Amino acid sequence: MRIAVIKYNAGNIQSVAYALERLDVRFSITDNPEEIASADKVIFPGVGQAQTTMRYLREQKLDEVIRTLQQPVLGICLGMQLMCRFSEEGSTECLGIFDETVKRFLTNAQHNVPHMGWNQVEFTNNEIGPFMQPANFYFVHSYYVPVNKYTIAQCHYGQPFSAMMRKNNFLAVQFHPEKSAQTGDHILRYFLHAF
Amino acid sequence: MLTKRIIPCLDVKGGQTVKGINFSNLRNAGDPVELAALYANQGADELVFLDISATQEVRKTMSKWVKDVARQINIPFTVGGGIAAVHDVAALLEAGADKVSINSAAVRNPNLINELANHFGSQCIVLAIDARKIHNTWVVHTHGGKNPTDKRLFSWAKEGQERGAGEILFTSMDHDGTKNGFALDPLEKLHHLLTIPVIASGGAGTMGHFADVFALAKADGALAASVFHFGEISIPELKIFLQNHQIPVRL
Repeated sequence: MRIAVIKYNAGNIQSVAYALERLDVRFSITDNPEEIASADKVIFPGVGQAQTTMRYLREQKLDEVIRTLQQPVLGICLGMQLMCRFSEEGSTECLGIFDETVKRFLTNAQHNVPHMGWNQVEFTNNEIGPFMQPANFYFVHSYYVPVNKYTIAQCHYGQPFSAMMRKNNFLAVQFHPEKSAQTGDHILRYFLHAF
Repeated sequence: MLTKRIIPCLDVKGGQTVKGINFSNLRNAGDPVELAALYANQGADELVFLDISATQEVRKTMSKWVKDVARQINIPFTVGGGIAAVHDVAALLEAGADKVSINSAAVRNPNLINELANHFGSQCIVLAIDARKIHNTWVVHTHGGKNPTDKRLFSWAKEGQERGAGEILFTSMDHDGTKNGFALDPLEKLHHLLTIPVIASGGAGTMGHFADVFALAKADGALAASVFHFGEISIPELKIFLQNHQIPVRL
């Protein structure tokens, strides 16, 4: 199995790479469109700003590559947000895989932004085998995707939001599985071996 | 609901973990990578590494062990010690650190906080503040607690937040190493003063101290070293204890 991790100016590529090493899978970190398109599975990581990242992806012609992938794809954090249609962050047109709008969290006394730390995720769809029970995952984000028809797990921070979404071959997580201890490893293993 | 964080702190000097009692008389407590993996497996929510040799000896060869740690562990971690410039932070984040903490350099040049927050985002910039109460005032100290400054804890913490720090790590030098409990009063005051998370450090001796710092002082996280390093408190037991006290924790 050949895993391609999409290379761009994302902050967590190294962490994702280390997580894959720990899980003993072979992967390459690449921005080569052919290499990405021919991989068995693709991971689209992400820490950064939506607008600058989308601009970069368009310049590299990676936007069309990602949108048309047929194999299993996992979007992480900003990767998940960029899979949506539009983000309020920099009023950015995104990839449009999920026809949803990414919104900014509102700050109030109980809820600081970014939403950062371990929070409980509830699985609303039973396809993710080991996760019938709520589990904690590590989040760092200021923008969120509201709960929608693609949502398969949700979290709560001031309001409910999508922790995990699925559409066909696209799986997306708002949390960081690469930093979420054993529960995060379960999600990565699910994607690598069962999705 | 966000859970309260339990954060073992590993002071590193010359690639080895040490823990100072009131910042002196260092005792060897093991290999940082091994300890990190152990804590991650036990359920620590986050780790903090402070290279205590860095400020004094201007040593910036941290990337090597930071990389070793990042390879081993699957929870977020913060690295601090001698960080004074954008390129220091870039190197540590590239090595795999999730956050960096700055201390002396920020006191010397407060604009460093703005610069780093603009460059990397507030979420990865922790402002560490060491302070001691002198004549009823919390005086900020630098260089591992050696040098008093003209900065005061509350105004400096507030300024740090305004400049873009994403988190405050407050160490009470009066409590550090005493095992008599955290500095609850100033911590609670920081909680009300700030909108960013406050991490309490210094004074952990019993599981009850952790319950107090979360329930009474409303800290977002609690950091400790020797009680974990020497096995006096086990993290799994601590978390069950906290849960029994209605404090939200990750189990």
